[in-house]
Amino acid sequence: MATQQDAFIANLGRIYTVYVGGFVGFVILMAILEFLGVPFRFILWGYMALTIGIYAFIGILSRTALVSEYYVAGRKVPAVYNGMATGADWMSGASFVGMAGSLYVLGYDGLAFVLGWTGGYVLVAVLIAPYLRKFGAYTIPDFLGTRFGGNFPRLLGIVVLFCCSFTYVTAQVYASGIIASQFLGIDFNYAVFAGLAGILVCSMLGGMRAVTWTQVAQYIVLIIAYLLPAIWMSTVVTGVPIPQLMYGSVLGDITAMEQQFIAAGESVKPHVEAFTNYSPRDFFFLIFCLMVGTASLPHILMRFFTTPTVREARKSVGWSLFFIFLLYFTAPSYAAFAKYNVMSLFIETGGIALPFEQIPQWMFRWGSIEGHTLVQICGEKAVSLEVVRAACEAKGFAEGFPFNELNLNNDMIVLSTPEIAGMPWFVVGLVGAGGFAAALSTADGLLLAIANALSHDVYYRMIDPKADSKRRLFVAKVLLLVVAVGAALLARTKPSDILSMVAWAFSLAGAGLFAPLVLGVWDARANRAGAIWGMICGFGLTLGYLVGNVYGFDLTKGTGDEFSWFGVASISAGIFGIPVAFVVMFVVSRMTQAPSAEMQDMILRLRVPRGAQVMVQTH
Amino acid sequence: MSDQVTPEAAAAHWAKTRRLMWTCLIIWAFFSFIIHFFVSALNTISFIGFPLGFYMAGQGSLIIFVVLIFWYAARQNRIDEEFGVAED
Repeated sequence: MATQQDAFIANLGRIYTVYVGGFVGFVILMAILEFLGVPFRFILWGYMALTIGIYAFIGILSRTALVSEYYVAGRKVPAVYNGMATGADWMSGASFVGMAGSLYVLGYDGLAFVLGWTGGYVLVAVLIAPYLRKFGAYTIPDFLGTRFGGNFPRLLGIVVLFCCSFTYVTAQVYASGIIASQFLGIDFNYAVFAGLAGILVCSMLGGMRAVTWTQVAQYIVLIIAYLLPAIWMSTVVTGVPIPQLMYGSVLGDITAMEQQFIAAGESVKPHVEAFTNYSPRDFFFLIFCLMVGTASLPHILMRFFTTPTVREARKSVGWSLFFIFLLYFTAPSYAAFAKYNVMSLFIETGGIALPFEQIPQWMFRWGSIEGHTLVQICGEKAVSLEVVRAACEAKGFAEGFPFNELNLNNDMIVLSTPEIAGMPWFVVGLVGAGGFAAALSTADGLLLAIANALSHDVYYRMIDPKADSKRRLFVAKVLLLVVAVGAALLARTKPSDILSMVAWAFSLAGAGLFAPLVLGVWDARANRAGAIWGMICGFGLTLGYLVGNVYGFDLTKGTGDEFSWFGVASISAGIFGIPVAFVVMFVVSRMTQAPSAEMQDMILRLRVPRGAQVMVQTH
Repeated sequence: MSDQVTPEAAAAHWAKTRRLMWTCLIIWAFFSFIIHFFVSALNTISFIGFPLGFYMAGQGSLIIFVVLIFWYAARQNRIDEEFGVAED
């Protein structure tokens, strides 16, 4: 068993090279089949069947009965592969599907997300990850419980983890259901369970080990799927297949077209100009909250438990950010090319308005999707030509409508761009498979983070410390299933509130976990009372502000009792809680008894890479 | 193979580690926030076809972050080796 695994690690390079070759071969095969006239449904189903088949295959191969394999993949994942897995873990369905769309809509201001979701990794590398690796815990609450002593800090950690991860995983299941229903043409209610099955085959049998190796495979699918359409558009528009470099000139074209629209009397927000949607303060608060939140999300931090050494853990953060960077520095170019294509429609018709007869079919195809308003023209959902014409005529546009009357939803830009830009079905299917991979991989990581906290911290550490490893794994797998089914049932109800809460996860995680994690390592004087009060005040304040700002005291939206402090948006609520957690934890720690000599010694060992792990896990 | 590190070496190691940490955080804060305060002024400068302010937020700062982490990892390793606390 052990030798078989070592052979697997030694051959990783070869295995994944063959895999990449195989996947590229499959894309080419689909292109040939399409050229031969195979119906597009077959191609879309082909992508879904192949990718889910691969994930299931890896999941089954990686099944395990060892506790350390289940929780931390045996701590032998090399830095580069852990980086890819973290990339897939990190980039959710929303990043893949919605990021370029947000940039399309918000222009420069949307770059707050690009900056916020990358810069946090510097904090992970410098302040947290290597030390957590040395510590040797299985979960984040496990670290809190051991470093600060007792089950109360552990319990608070579990509460924060659950609050930020459960809404997040529900959104991932929802996204995978949406993608599956769009691309497979099946009802959303069943598609959710297709997504659920895809998630469970990866995580249930093999825990962290299976999730790691599937996430690497999913990263490869999603990055190819993201880059190909961008490269395609760049080649068509500029003749050079490097979208990330070439969109500079496209930004110039966009600005020129905007000026034409403005000259015709339209109000258009300039794409490259800063602070047209957010105030500078909102922009920087958002970046700060996203960065600190990134450095506190348990499903990301626990990925760095899996490297063989502290040294590898540090390097692995660099690789993680590199692989994330590949997608995030492409997103603005994706947005620019997509915007260029759409704007050109209006310029090309000679006039500034797009005549009704020339409205492209995709606007109606995407506009008439039930249950979502993806395309709005003149303020109406673009269901058909008649509806659009009536709406525009009511607004005084008799011949056609101008650019600023066309509203595209953030979430449709990436999925619809291949079609808008006239790419063939084999690219459309690839993008669908990429979005599906992004949603599944993030869901797997989140699910594992929640279920592991419940099985390891609640069951094993708090309820039954004498449980043997067989029983622990059984409980872990049952809980995983329960959480997953719970998330799927919730996703089925299409809970719009839950989906918008995902953005809160960053503020909540940052306010609840960042201070105890950082001070737990960097402040030897930090103690149990400090951690408890820091977490309660930071997390409580942020949660209170979020709920109060969005729902008010009666917990109902729009009843007028919502409050706001200094006009801070709910997405940046962490701006209050994060500093408060630090100050409270620092002050309370100094007002109460110093940590024991034994704990001081543990902190010293935590800070040097040499020597055994601080925590000894019983297997 | 001993795990024992003298208290003096540990203290010196930690002092140097801290300095590196602050250096990294200052660079991080500069490219996360400070440089973007000047976006409008930077946008008047053209850099490989981009308005520089937009470029820094969409690409420049990201490249710095990636390089910064690898640089940090290498520096911290050297500090660990200098004080004999690196892993075997």
